[in-house]
Amino acid sequence: MAEDKISALDAVSGDAYKYGFVTDIEAETAPKGLNEDIIRFISAKKGEPDWLLDFRLKAYRHWIGLTEPRWAKVDYPPIDYQDIYYYSAPKSAKEPKTLDDVDPELLKTYDKLGVPLHERAMLAGVAVDAVFDSVSVATTFREKLAKQGIIFCSISEAVKAHPDLVREYLGSVVPYTDNFFACLNAAVFSDGTFVYIPKGVRCPMELSTYFRINAKKTGQFERTLIVADDDSYVSYLEGCTAPQRDENQLHAAIVEIIVKDRAEVKYSTVQNWFPGDKDGKGGIYNFVTKRGLCAGYKSKLSWTQVETGSAVTWKYPSCVLKGDYSTGEFYSVAITNNYQQADTGTKMIHLGKNTSSTIISKGISAGRSQNTYRGLVRVAPAADNARNFSQCDSLLIGDKCGAHTLPVMVDGNPTASVEHEATTSKISEEQLFYCRQRGLGAEEAVSLIVNGFCKDVMQKLPMEFAIEATRLVAVTLEGSVG
Amino acid sequence: MSAWLEITDLHANVGDKPILKGLSLSINAGEVHVIMGPNGSGKSTLSNVLCGDPRYEVTAGAVAFKGRDLLTMNVEERARAGIFLAFQNPIEIPGVSMSTFMKYALNAKRKAAGLKEYDAVSFMKHIKIRAQALEITDEMLKRPVNVGFSGGEKKRLETFQMAVLEPDFCILDEMDSGLDVDAVKVAGNGVKIMRSPERSFLVISHNIGFLHEQIRPDYVHILVNGRVVENGGAELLDEVRANGFARFQKGTAA
Repeated sequence: MAEDKISALDAVSGDAYKYGFVTDIEAETAPKGLNEDIIRFISAKKGEPDWLLDFRLKAYRHWIGLTEPRWAKVDYPPIDYQDIYYYSAPKSAKEPKTLDDVDPELLKTYDKLGVPLHERAMLAGVAVDAVFDSVSVATTFREKLAKQGIIFCSISEAVKAHPDLVREYLGSVVPYTDNFFACLNAAVFSDGTFVYIPKGVRCPMELSTYFRINAKKTGQFERTLIVADDDSYVSYLEGCTAPQRDENQLHAAIVEIIVKDRAEVKYSTVQNWFPGDKDGKGGIYNFVTKRGLCAGYKSKLSWTQVETGSAVTWKYPSCVLKGDYSTGEFYSVAITNNYQQADTGTKMIHLGKNTSSTIISKGISAGRSQNTYRGLVRVAPAADNARNFSQCDSLLIGDKCGAHTLPVMVDGNPTASVEHEATTSKISEEQLFYCRQRGLGAEEAVSLIVNGFCKDVMQKLPMEFAIEATRLVAVTLEGSVG
Repeated sequence: MSAWLEITDLHANVGDKPILKGLSLSINAGEVHVIMGPNGSGKSTLSNVLCGDPRYEVTAGAVAFKGRDLLTMNVEERARAGIFLAFQNPIEIPGVSMSTFMKYALNAKRKAAGLKEYDAVSFMKHIKIRAQALEITDEMLKRPVNVGFSGGEKKRLETFQMAVLEPDFCILDEMDSGLDVDAVKVAGNGVKIMRSPERSFLVISHNIGFLHEQIRPDYVHILVNGRVVENGGAELLDEVRANGFARFQKGTAA
């Protein structure tokens, strides 16, 4: 591990945002703006059944009456929702049957990003449902998974091939009425990933989707739906990079997870979308709704996230612990630098008896950034013996950034136990001097200290993600000292 | 011909307060020097200034190390060039194991010297021998740097780091303070092992017994009010033991 860290650090000692390139592929886009015709266009383009078009239209009609939430501790100029393209697809990638059918430009892009397709995917043991803009262009390993009855495909495909499953679960954890951004997503979602793990099946590999925002001025509205049936297990990885550009880009995704009796889902994210430049110009707006339902007895859902990117992040991966003895976990590292703003945390909703949840949040703020942990632990009156432990630690680098911790606890059951610990610390001059006296450069020292601070969370990541995450810590904190 | 380490008329401040006021000192390769002096005379300031601690400001003077102008180099450049400070109060780095820390440090140094970085296997080989010699257990190497260690263990780990990084010039700032008799012996033993014709030591200590028995210096310097006021051999230790610093302080009041 230590060795990986070192080579990783070397790899990024160069310039700012190494994934900042734009692939030149002509997009087939819907006209700018949003109205019922656009939604019909999207739905028709994807050849969707009527029930799905109805779902979209209902959501749209609801959304018109909603106001954008402004309670988060983030500040950004008003978004003109009529000035956004809601659908774009790489032209040459309409129906790729094999990797050979995929636009070579696209493959080159994935190459630069290090997406493990081809043999690399095989070696890494990762199945990739790569999402480029709005259409899934390449899916590997599907046959192998299919042998065990595992479904791993784009949502669009799932709608066609497994309409009953999608119809049963879509919107069941995050209803379109949930919030402004979730509602917008329900109306216009472009594509995303569908995973179904049948009863008693342990998914033999980590499922991974790489998202990439590409076409200019294209809002990205991913939708992920994961269903883990009784006694199943799956580990899912989500990783993101985006090309550099000046205009802010809106991203409003939904991840819905259903975990049944004794099933377990591990959902890991490394998010490194373009955060804007040193002056706070550009960058992605990331307004995501992620929620899982531990529906059954002893269901377990674990969120692990490493957030280093985006100009503005608004994200609260949550667990609804409905089944008795179900478990929810949230492990988070959020790093902000320059003018980045992150308002992130989790909600643990204890409904069932003997449910337990753990929250470990590590926030690192550098530059002039603002980093907020916002969490809710709610114990319903029926949730006898519910247990929660929360730990929120903040680390400050420099004196122009901010760290905020806003934990809310609503304990409606006298037998429940809810614990919260919080610390705030600073990287001290003594620590820096000590590391540098041993020969480490100032930035290397900061990155080492920060990685040490985040260790408890980094350890929860699958190995290959942990390496990437460690590298990202270094990239994100470049220029934060000196 | 200037010495291996040549400090000439060095002046340094903390904030606006002058601490070093014209300190001069020459150290040659392979020599062991001891600096003694009353509290506040500038001993720790000297070690920090030699390492380039940005909290101190050098206002005048020169320091040449192996023919290079040390004062133009930053902290890590000096470290990579072979200057090592065993801290009086070693700093905690939570979550970072000693072995990870040393791997970063050693490879930073090797890289700067144009050497191939150590891979996991050769690194482990490198630290294992040294850990054994200094009674550092695997468990201690896995624990976060200086977190939850006793004073004695921390000092032992400082010696261990010195052994791992193989510096040319070692500054030991009160490495015996707060240690029991056995721990002092282990610390001293580290210095004995490390002594070589290519390596020099600057040892700051009040403990005459430790200096006599463990360090056995070639030269002893008395520092008073930011200046070296007396140079001598090991016999100066006995004079300090007998009479304190009174003789040296005469006429040097600030």
